[in-house]
Amino acid sequence: MSGLVASASFEPPGTGDFVFRCIGPSYRVFGQTFCFNFIILLIVLTTLIVIGLFFFAFRKPKVIPGKFQLLMELGVDFVRENIALPMLGPDASKYMPLLTTFFFFILIGNFFEVVPGFSLSASSRIALPLTLAMIAWITYNGAGIRKHGFFGYLRHTCIIPSAPGWLRYTLLMFIEFISNIIVRPITLTVRLWANFLAGHFLLAIFFVGTIFFLVDGPKTWILVPVSFSLGTVLVGFEIFVSALQAFIFAILSASYIGQALAEEH
Amino acid sequence: MLHLIGQVTGNLDGLKTIGKGLVIGLAAIGPGIGLGILIGKSVEAMARQPEYAGQVRTTMFIGIGLIEALALFGIAFSFII
Repeated sequence: MSGLVASASFEPPGTGDFVFRCIGPSYRVFGQTFCFNFIILLIVLTTLIVIGLFFFAFRKPKVIPGKFQLLMELGVDFVRENIALPMLGPDASKYMPLLTTFFFFILIGNFFEVVPGFSLSASSRIALPLTLAMIAWITYNGAGIRKHGFFGYLRHTCIIPSAPGWLRYTLLMFIEFISNIIVRPITLTVRLWANFLAGHFLLAIFFVGTIFFLVDGPKTWILVPVSFSLGTVLVGFEIFVSALQAFIFAILSASYIGQALAEEH
Repeated sequence: MLHLIGQVTGNLDGLKTIGKGLVIGLAAIGPGIGLGILIGKSVEAMARQPEYAGQVRTTMFIGIGLIEALALFGIAFSFII
Protein backbone atom coordinates (compact mmCIF):
# COMPACT_ATOMS: atom_id res chain seq x y z
CA MET A 1 0.00 0.00 0.00
CA SER A 2 1.35 3.38 -0.93
CA GLY A 3 -0.75 5.30 1.55
CA LEU A 4 2.17 5.85 3.88
CA VAL A 5 3.81 9.18 3.19
CA ALA A 6 5.82 9.75 6.32
CA SER A 7 7.96 12.67 5.32
CA ALA A 8 7.29 15.17 2.57
CA SER A 9 8.47 12.97 -0.26
CA PHE A 10 5.99 12.09 -2.98
CA GLU A 11 6.19 8.45 -3.97
CA PRO A 12 3.92 7.77 -6.96
CA PRO A 13 1.96 4.52 -6.92
CA GLY A 14 3.54 1.80 -9.05
CA THR A 15 3.00 -1.80 -9.99
CA GLY A 16 4.60 -2.83 -6.70
CA ASP A 17 1.35 -1.86 -4.97
CA PHE A 18 -0.30 -4.92 -6.43
CA VAL A 19 2.18 -7.46 -5.04
CA PHE A 20 1.41 -8.86 -1.61
CA ARG A 21 3.27 -10.97 0.90
CA CYS A 22 2.22 -14.52 1.69
CA ILE A 23 0.05 -15.23 4.70
CA GLY A 24 0.76 -18.67 6.10
CA PRO A 25 2.66 -21.46 4.36
CA SER A 26 3.72 -21.31 0.74
CA TYR A 27 4.19 -24.24 -1.62
CA ARG A 28 6.42 -24.53 -4.65
CA VAL A 29 4.79 -26.38 -7.55
CA PHE A 30 6.62 -26.51 -10.91
CA GLY A 31 8.85 -23.63 -9.90
CA GLN A 32 5.92 -21.36 -9.03
CA THR A 33 5.09 -20.24 -5.51
CA PHE A 34 1.53 -20.79 -4.39
CA CYS A 35 0.30 -19.30 -1.16
CA PHE A 36 -2.56 -17.50 0.50
CA ASN A 37 -2.29 -13.73 0.17
CA PHE A 38 -4.46 -10.62 0.16
CA ILE A 39 -5.71 -11.19 -3.40
CA ILE A 40 -6.84 -14.73 -2.55
CA LEU A 41 -8.54 -13.32 0.55
CA LEU A 42 -10.46 -10.90 -1.69
CA ILE A 43 -11.50 -13.69 -4.06
CA VAL A 44 -12.62 -15.93 -1.20
CA LEU A 45 -14.57 -13.07 0.39
CA THR A 46 -16.24 -12.28 -2.94
CA THR A 47 -17.20 -15.91 -3.44
CA LEU A 48 -18.63 -16.16 0.08
CA ILE A 49 -20.62 -12.92 -0.32
CA VAL A 50 -22.09 -14.02 -3.67
CA ILE A 51 -22.99 -17.47 -2.31
CA GLY A 52 -24.46 -15.88 0.82
CA LEU A 53 -26.55 -13.37 -1.14
CA PHE A 54 -28.10 -16.04 -3.33
CA PHE A 55 -28.49 -18.54 -0.48
CA PHE A 56 -30.29 -16.19 1.87
CA ALA A 57 -32.38 -14.58 -0.87
CA PHE A 58 -33.66 -17.80 -2.46
CA ARG A 59 -33.51 -20.24 0.46
CA LYS A 60 -37.25 -20.07 1.02
CA PRO A 61 -38.62 -18.27 -2.04
CA LYS A 62 -42.06 -16.79 -1.47
CA VAL A 63 -44.72 -15.92 -4.01
CA ILE A 64 -44.91 -12.44 -2.49
CA PRO A 65 -41.20 -11.70 -2.05
CA GLY A 66 -39.69 -9.89 0.90
CA LYS A 67 -37.40 -6.90 0.41
CA PHE A 68 -34.18 -8.90 0.12
CA GLN A 69 -35.65 -11.48 -2.22
CA LEU A 70 -37.13 -8.69 -4.32
CA LEU A 71 -33.74 -6.99 -4.62
CA MET A 72 -32.01 -10.16 -5.77
CA GLU A 73 -34.87 -10.97 -8.12
CA LEU A 74 -34.40 -7.55 -9.66
CA GLY A 75 -30.72 -8.39 -10.24
CA VAL A 76 -31.42 -11.77 -11.79
CA ASP A 77 -34.22 -10.26 -13.86
CA PHE A 78 -31.82 -7.58 -15.09
CA VAL A 79 -29.39 -10.26 -16.29
CA ARG A 80 -32.22 -12.15 -17.95
CA GLU A 81 -33.92 -9.21 -19.67
CA ASN A 82 -30.88 -7.17 -20.65
CA ILE A 83 -28.11 -9.72 -21.15
CA ALA A 84 -29.38 -13.23 -21.79
CA LEU A 85 -32.59 -12.76 -23.79
CA PRO A 86 -31.40 -10.16 -26.35
CA MET A 87 -28.20 -12.09 -27.08
CA LEU A 88 -29.26 -15.73 -26.82
CA GLY A 89 -33.02 -15.77 -27.45
CA PRO A 90 -34.44 -19.25 -26.93
CA ASP A 91 -31.16 -20.60 -25.48
CA ALA A 92 -31.18 -17.97 -22.74
CA SER A 93 -32.32 -20.11 -19.81
CA LYS A 94 -29.59 -22.68 -20.51
CA TYR A 95 -26.80 -20.11 -20.05
CA MET A 96 -28.47 -18.02 -17.34
CA PRO A 97 -26.53 -19.65 -14.44
CA LEU A 98 -23.17 -18.86 -16.04
CA LEU A 99 -24.08 -15.30 -17.00
CA THR A 100 -25.63 -14.54 -13.61
CA THR A 101 -22.53 -15.85 -11.87
CA PHE A 102 -20.26 -13.79 -14.12
CA PHE A 103 -22.29 -10.64 -13.50
CA PHE A 104 -22.62 -10.92 -9.73
CA PHE A 105 -19.11 -12.24 -9.10
CA ILE A 106 -17.45 -9.46 -11.09
CA LEU A 107 -19.82 -6.83 -9.64
CA ILE A 108 -19.21 -7.77 -6.01
CA GLY A 109 -15.50 -8.34 -6.61
CA ASN A 110 -15.12 -4.94 -8.23
CA PHE A 111 -16.85 -3.12 -5.40
CA PHE A 112 -13.88 -3.98 -3.17
CA GLU A 113 -12.05 -1.29 -5.15
CA VAL A 114 -13.94 1.38 -3.18
CA VAL A 115 -14.53 -0.41 0.15
CA PRO A 116 -12.40 1.29 2.84
CA GLY A 117 -9.87 -1.11 4.31
CA PHE A 118 -9.59 -3.12 1.11
CA SER A 119 -9.32 -0.45 -1.64
CA LEU A 120 -8.28 -3.02 -4.18
CA SER A 121 -10.19 -5.20 -6.57
CA ALA A 122 -9.02 -8.74 -7.22
CA SER A 123 -9.63 -7.92 -10.90
CA SER A 124 -6.57 -5.68 -10.89
CA ARG A 125 -4.34 -8.76 -10.91
CA ILE A 126 -4.53 -10.48 -14.29
CA ALA A 127 -5.11 -13.98 -12.88
CA LEU A 128 -8.79 -13.52 -12.02
CA PRO A 129 -9.90 -11.89 -15.32
CA LEU A 130 -7.84 -14.44 -17.24
CA THR A 131 -9.56 -17.34 -15.48
CA LEU A 132 -13.00 -15.84 -16.08
CA ALA A 133 -12.18 -15.20 -19.74
CA MET A 134 -10.95 -18.77 -20.17
CA ILE A 135 -14.25 -20.03 -18.74
CA ALA A 136 -16.11 -17.85 -21.27
CA TRP A 137 -13.80 -19.03 -24.09
CA ILE A 138 -14.33 -22.71 -23.30
CA THR A 139 -18.07 -22.16 -23.00
CA TYR A 140 -18.61 -20.41 -26.33
CA ASN A 141 -16.30 -22.69 -28.27
CA GLY A 142 -17.80 -25.76 -26.60
CA ALA A 143 -21.33 -24.57 -27.35
CA GLY A 144 -20.43 -23.94 -30.98
CA ILE A 145 -18.66 -27.31 -31.40
CA ARG A 146 -21.59 -29.14 -29.82
CA LYS A 147 -24.03 -27.43 -32.16
CA HIS A 148 -22.14 -27.48 -35.48
CA GLY A 149 -19.48 -30.18 -35.00
CA PHE A 150 -15.75 -29.34 -34.89
CA PHE A 151 -15.16 -28.56 -38.57
CA GLY A 152 -18.64 -27.18 -38.94
CA TYR A 153 -17.89 -24.75 -36.11
CA LEU A 154 -14.57 -23.70 -37.64
CA ARG A 155 -16.36 -23.09 -40.94
CA HIS A 156 -19.13 -21.23 -39.09
CA THR A 157 -16.77 -18.87 -37.26
CA CYS A 158 -14.09 -18.33 -39.89
CA ILE A 159 -15.96 -18.06 -43.17
CA ILE A 160 -18.24 -15.16 -44.05
CA PRO A 161 -20.68 -16.43 -46.69
CA SER A 162 -21.46 -12.99 -48.09
CA ALA A 163 -17.81 -12.11 -48.84
CA PRO A 164 -16.46 -12.47 -52.41
CA GLY A 165 -15.02 -15.93 -53.06
CA TRP A 166 -11.35 -15.11 -53.52
CA LEU A 167 -11.28 -13.21 -50.22
CA ARG A 168 -13.55 -15.62 -48.35
CA TYR A 169 -11.08 -18.50 -48.30
CA THR A 170 -7.85 -16.55 -48.07
CA LEU A 171 -7.45 -13.32 -46.16
CA LEU A 172 -10.79 -13.02 -44.38
CA MET A 173 -10.61 -16.58 -43.10
CA PHE A 174 -7.39 -15.86 -41.18
CA ILE A 175 -8.61 -12.51 -39.92
CA GLU A 176 -11.84 -14.05 -38.67
CA PHE A 177 -9.99 -16.93 -37.02
CA ILE A 178 -7.58 -14.63 -35.20
CA SER A 179 -10.25 -12.18 -34.11
CA ASN A 180 -12.83 -14.78 -33.05
CA ILE A 181 -10.70 -17.46 -31.43
CA ILE A 182 -7.48 -15.78 -30.28
CA VAL A 183 -8.17 -12.09 -29.65
CA ARG A 184 -11.57 -12.42 -27.92
CA PRO A 185 -10.33 -13.98 -24.65
CA ILE A 186 -7.39 -11.54 -24.59
CA THR A 187 -9.65 -8.50 -24.93
CA LEU A 188 -12.06 -9.87 -22.31
CA THR A 189 -9.12 -10.27 -19.93
CA VAL A 190 -7.37 -7.00 -20.63
CA ARG A 191 -10.57 -4.92 -20.52
CA LEU A 192 -11.43 -6.04 -16.99
CA TRP A 193 -7.85 -6.11 -15.70
CA ALA A 194 -6.62 -2.80 -17.08
CA ASN A 195 -9.78 -0.96 -16.02
CA PHE A 196 -9.11 -1.80 -12.39
CA LEU A 197 -5.37 -1.35 -12.64
CA ALA A 198 -5.90 2.15 -14.03
CA GLY A 199 -8.74 2.81 -11.58
CA HIS A 200 -6.59 1.90 -8.60
CA PHE A 201 -3.79 4.14 -9.89
CA LEU A 202 -6.20 7.05 -10.30
CA LEU A 203 -7.60 6.73 -6.79
CA ALA A 204 -4.13 6.18 -5.31
CA ILE A 205 -2.68 9.23 -7.12
CA PHE A 206 -5.39 11.54 -5.82
CA PHE A 207 -5.47 10.31 -2.22
CA VAL A 208 -1.71 9.92 -1.85
CA GLY A 209 -1.45 13.37 -3.39
CA THR A 210 -3.88 14.74 -0.82
CA ILE A 211 -1.80 13.32 2.03
CA PHE A 212 1.36 14.72 0.44
CA PHE A 213 -0.13 18.20 0.10
CA LEU A 214 -1.26 18.05 3.74
CA VAL A 215 2.15 16.97 5.01
CA ASP A 216 4.19 19.23 2.75
CA GLY A 217 3.35 22.43 4.56
CA PRO A 218 1.05 25.45 4.64
CA LYS A 219 1.86 26.55 1.08
CA THR A 220 0.30 23.51 -0.59
CA TRP A 221 -2.76 23.33 1.64
CA ILE A 222 -4.67 25.31 -0.99
CA LEU A 223 -4.45 22.28 -3.30
CA VAL A 224 -5.89 19.85 -0.75
CA PRO A 225 -9.61 20.55 -1.46
CA VAL A 226 -9.03 20.20 -5.23
CA SER A 227 -7.20 16.91 -4.92
CA PHE A 228 -9.53 15.46 -2.30
CA SER A 229 -12.76 16.42 -4.05
CA LEU A 230 -11.51 15.07 -7.39
CA GLY A 231 -10.59 11.82 -5.62
CA THR A 232 -14.04 11.63 -4.08
CA VAL A 233 -15.67 12.16 -7.48
CA LEU A 234 -13.45 9.42 -8.89
CA VAL A 235 -14.70 7.01 -6.19
CA GLY A 236 -18.18 7.51 -7.61
CA PHE A 237 -16.79 7.01 -11.11
CA GLU A 238 -15.15 3.74 -10.01
CA ILE A 239 -18.50 2.46 -8.68
CA PHE A 240 -19.99 3.21 -12.10
CA VAL A 241 -17.06 1.49 -13.84
CA SER A 242 -17.45 -1.58 -11.59
CA ALA A 243 -21.08 -2.04 -12.62
CA LEU A 244 -20.33 -1.24 -16.27
CA GLN A 245 -17.48 -3.75 -16.49
CA ALA A 246 -19.56 -6.52 -14.90
CA PHE A 247 -22.32 -5.75 -17.42
CA ILE A 248 -19.91 -5.65 -20.37
CA PHE A 249 -18.16 -8.89 -19.42
CA ALA A 250 -21.47 -10.75 -19.07
CA ILE A 251 -23.01 -9.28 -22.21
CA LEU A 252 -19.92 -9.95 -24.35
CA SER A 253 -19.78 -13.56 -23.12
CA ALA A 254 -23.48 -13.89 -23.99
CA SER A 255 -22.89 -12.32 -27.39
CA TYR A 256 -20.00 -14.71 -28.16
CA ILE A 257 -22.12 -17.70 -27.12
CA GLY A 258 -24.98 -16.36 -29.23
CA GLN A 259 -22.75 -15.96 -32.29
CA ALA A 260 -21.36 -19.47 -31.84
CA LEU A 261 -24.89 -20.87 -31.64
CA ALA A 262 -26.31 -18.87 -34.56
CA GLU A 263 -27.82 -20.73 -37.50
CA GLU A 264 -26.11 -20.77 -40.87
CA HIS A 265 -27.53 -18.13 -43.14
CA MET B 1 15.44 13.40 -31.11
CA LEU B 2 14.97 10.66 -28.52
CA HIS B 3 18.61 9.73 -28.96
CA LEU B 4 19.55 13.29 -28.06
CA ILE B 5 17.34 13.21 -24.99
CA GLY B 6 19.00 9.95 -24.03
CA GLN B 7 22.43 11.55 -24.35
CA VAL B 8 21.35 14.57 -22.35
CA THR B 9 19.73 12.64 -19.54
CA GLY B 10 22.43 10.01 -19.68
CA ASN B 11 20.22 7.09 -18.70
CA LEU B 12 17.64 4.93 -20.44
CA ASP B 13 15.09 5.17 -17.62
CA GLY B 14 14.19 8.67 -18.76
CA LEU B 15 13.53 7.40 -22.28
CA LYS B 16 11.40 4.61 -20.85
CA THR B 17 9.31 7.11 -18.92
CA ILE B 18 8.81 9.21 -22.05
CA GLY B 19 7.82 6.06 -23.92
CA LYS B 20 5.28 5.09 -21.29
CA GLY B 21 3.69 8.51 -21.38
CA LEU B 22 3.59 8.47 -25.19
CA VAL B 23 2.03 5.00 -25.29
CA ILE B 24 -0.85 5.97 -23.00
CA GLY B 25 -1.43 9.29 -24.74
CA LEU B 26 -1.33 7.90 -28.29
CA ALA B 27 -3.45 4.89 -27.37
CA ALA B 28 -6.16 7.21 -26.08
CA ILE B 29 -6.55 9.21 -29.34
CA GLY B 30 -8.20 6.61 -31.55
CA PRO B 31 -10.59 5.17 -28.95
CA GLY B 32 -11.48 8.73 -27.90
CA ILE B 33 -12.60 9.59 -31.43
CA GLY B 34 -14.33 6.22 -31.76
CA LEU B 35 -16.23 6.56 -28.48
CA GLY B 36 -17.28 10.07 -29.45
CA ILE B 37 -18.74 8.91 -32.76
CA LEU B 38 -20.32 5.81 -31.21
CA ILE B 39 -22.01 7.52 -28.29
CA GLY B 40 -23.02 10.55 -30.33
CA LYS B 41 -24.71 8.40 -32.96
CA SER B 42 -26.36 6.28 -30.27
CA VAL B 43 -27.82 9.35 -28.57
CA GLU B 44 -29.07 10.53 -31.94
CA ALA B 45 -30.69 7.16 -32.59
CA MET B 46 -32.28 7.10 -29.13
CA ALA B 47 -33.68 10.58 -29.64
CA ARG B 48 -35.14 9.68 -33.04
CA GLN B 49 -36.59 6.33 -32.00
CA PRO B 50 -37.21 6.38 -28.22
CA GLU B 51 -39.05 3.03 -28.37
CA TYR B 52 -35.81 1.32 -29.44
CA ALA B 53 -33.70 3.06 -26.76
CA GLY B 54 -33.14 -0.14 -24.78
CA GLN B 55 -31.80 -2.06 -27.78
CA VAL B 56 -29.61 0.83 -28.89
CA ARG B 57 -28.20 1.20 -25.37
CA THR B 58 -27.29 -2.48 -25.12
CA THR B 59 -25.56 -2.44 -28.48
CA MET B 60 -23.81 0.80 -27.52
CA PHE B 61 -22.38 -0.78 -24.39
CA ILE B 62 -21.04 -3.73 -26.39
CA GLY B 63 -19.40 -1.27 -28.75
CA ILE B 64 -17.98 0.73 -25.84
CA GLY B 65 -16.49 -2.46 -24.45
CA LEU B 66 -14.87 -3.35 -27.76
CA ILE B 67 -13.42 0.13 -28.36
CA GLU B 68 -12.31 0.69 -24.78
CA ALA B 69 -10.14 -2.43 -24.91
CA LEU B 70 -7.84 -0.68 -27.42
CA ALA B 71 -7.08 2.18 -25.03
CA LEU B 72 -6.59 -0.26 -22.18
CA PHE B 73 -4.10 -2.25 -24.26
CA GLY B 74 -2.02 0.92 -24.22
CA ILE B 75 -2.10 1.12 -20.42
CA ALA B 76 -1.29 -2.57 -20.11
CA PHE B 77 1.64 -2.41 -22.54
CA SER B 78 3.04 0.70 -20.90
CA PHE B 79 3.87 -1.44 -17.87
CA ILE B 80 5.66 -3.99 -20.03
CA ILE B 81 8.01 -1.34 -21.50
